[in-house]
Amino acid sequence: MDVLYFAWVRERIGLPKERIETQAATVAELVEELRAREDRYAAAFADLSALRVAVDQELTDFSAPLAGAREVAFFPPMTGG
Amino acid sequence: MRVAVQSAPFDFAAEAAGFGQGPGVGAVVTFTGVVRDDGGMAAMEIEHYPGMTEKALKAIAAEAMVRWSLSDALVIHRHGRMEPGEHIMMVATAAAHRQAAFEAAEFLMDYLKSRAPFWKKEFRADGSDWVAAKDTDEEALGRW
Repeated sequence: MDVLYFAWVRERIGLPKERIETQAATVAELVEELRAREDRYAAAFADLSALRVAVDQELTDFSAPLAGAREVAFFPPMTGG
Repeated sequence: MRVAVQSAPFDFAAEAAGFGQGPGVGAVVTFTGVVRDDGGMAAMEIEHYPGMTEKALKAIAAEAMVRWSLSDALVIHRHGRMEPGEHIMMVATAAAHRQAAFEAAEFLMDYLKSRAPFWKKEFRADGSDWVAAKDTDEEALGRW
């Protein structure tokens, strides 16, 4: 699936998008896999209360299932308007 | 109903003049957000999530159309780099009566502030910072 990062999450990880092969069943499991990769991921995902997640462009929470998901995005709380 | 996400400036006067012409319209409310020059801010950059942004704005506008029986709704939101004084975004609502038009415009503003995937970054002479979301923005959703 495609994993996208926005705003400071993108800056901290150092890329806007990557393709990840994963068996993770939920967003939380995917986060655990990413955290274990490298320090920059661990830093970006250190505080999940500061992050929001969208699966296939719909806002959801970290317990959301990933079965069939094509796109997961991580970003800080939104500041539009 | 129309939703636009664009980097180019929009012509607020022309948009407002062409909006809410339909039959039965008794009230039109427009709101425009302007880049404020807080603390010597030189520029603002707005990042967004192409695809999700349009979907989220359409969903929010469609909900406002139904809840307030609007005749029409318009949301324009820019992304990219902007300087103080530039228009960031606008909403317009058209309804039979003013209460519905005002409420729907406030609803659109409250929702797109914290439910549409935009992120603001401020640039000053001494550096740049992502704008933090405010608890009051999240709390504002509670009234709807």
